[in-house]
Amino acid sequence: MDVVWDNRFLLWQGLKYTFRLFGVVVVLGTVMGTIFGLGLLYGNRVIRGVLRAYVDIVRGMPLIVTIFLIFYGLSAYEVNFSPFQSIVLALSIFSAAHMAEIVRGSVGSISAGQTDAAKSLGLTFWPRVWSVILPQAGPIMMGPWTNLAVDIFKSTSLAILVSQADFLFSVQKRAIAEREYLAFYLAAIVVYFVCCFAISQAGAWATRRMRVGVAA
Amino acid sequence: MTATETRHASTHPMVQIKQVQKYFGTLHVLRGVDLDVQSGEVVCVIGPSGSGKTTLLRCINFLETYQDGRILVDGALVGYRERKGKLAPAPEREIARIRAETAMVFQQFNLFPHMTALRNVTFGPIKVRKVGKAEAEQRGRELLDRVGLADKEKSYPNQLSGGQQQRVAIARALAMEPKVMLFDEVTSALDPELVGEVLGVMRDLATSGGVTMIVVTHEMHFAREVADRVVFMDGGVVVEEGRPTDVLLNPRTDRLRAFLSRFTASGLGPSI
Repeated sequence: MDVVWDNRFLLWQGLKYTFRLFGVVVVLGTVMGTIFGLGLLYGNRVIRGVLRAYVDIVRGMPLIVTIFLIFYGLSAYEVNFSPFQSIVLALSIFSAAHMAEIVRGSVGSISAGQTDAAKSLGLTFWPRVWSVILPQAGPIMMGPWTNLAVDIFKSTSLAILVSQADFLFSVQKRAIAEREYLAFYLAAIVVYFVCCFAISQAGAWATRRMRVGVAA
Repeated sequence: MTATETRHASTHPMVQIKQVQKYFGTLHVLRGVDLDVQSGEVVCVIGPSGSGKTTLLRCINFLETYQDGRILVDGALVGYRERKGKLAPAPEREIARIRAETAMVFQQFNLFPHMTALRNVTFGPIKVRKVGKAEAEQRGRELLDRVGLADKEKSYPNQLSGGQQQRVAIARALAMEPKVMLFDEVTSALDPELVGEVLGVMRDLATSGGVTMIVVTHEMHFAREVADRVVFMDGGVVVEEGRPTDVLLNPRTDRLRAFLSRFTASGLGPSI
């Protein structure tokens, strides 16, 4: 394991890339997914149709295929995205589709009576969603959202497919250079586990904080 | 409104329901309902399930749409604008404005579970009426005291009994200072021993005067004691209406007679 430690600076570069990719995709995926989820619930027939098709198609494809589609599709249409931008786009499309379903499911589980009560006080749509619906849907969403975040973190390793220098890429590169495969991959497992575990714990903490007062 | 009505605009009925038709898909639920409720009047609406009474109530604050006819609250057309004699959907802002004047209390209470009792009561005035927090809280405390729950202001709904939750819901509705209060079978989901405390609050409200109340209920003794008028609905229309003693003790139609007999003969409710 000393050899892994000797390479820690280079591995750290890869890990920084992974963190950056993860951060951007989680934010984009969560925001877009929330909008799409609300669209699936409250949009007109056209919006719902389009979103339904998008969510079902993306969720029916392996993520690898999505990445290749975006990467090679973009270049075929001569759109000049950097590889980082393409992998961000592909992962965000994947994340938003899953987030849309999470939002649709959790908001949809809020009883219609809550919307009735908010309407009858004279609240319009967005104040209703913001003050009454989302605070109740939030704790319900946190479990699935945390799972999605962990999935996204693990999926960042697919950046290797488009030659991006993420953590896994740097692990492989150093393993080949040092000819010490087992040590490096064991280290990779530990690092991925620690990061995913941290995400799960953060999610659990956030869920506890959000549950204050809401009926279990 | 006709010319006569506009001249006497201040004396029009608080709620006017004219020939209202409503369909759920192909199901014809409201088949030409006519009803006027004067300001300050307490009207109890009774009828068998499926008669359309809850649907009618929910049309008044446009929680349900209606396809034909007119519903007016204090002279304002609910849910639509009149365009060349036809109904055109009104913008959300207008609908929300009318809803702020018609507070509803629900069978399932529908308190906001993520807010304390006091916050439930002050939420509407602060968000919709733009009342300041201090003023809203003071009024909220007065209302909670009025319904007998002054000591529960910091409790969350899941810490309250059904009867207490419903009383908070009444306080929440009152906080909006509405022109009309709509009660949708508010005691039907309560354990029997909790019904009395809620009816007590409603009785106080009714006798204190000034509050226009439309109460859909199965509680016949409440209707008899408290209502100014009782309205019997069946099959999507108003079949009989009049003073409580007339309607409940001297039914004129067979349908009403049949409906009332279920209450006394089967012993399901206290005798009227």
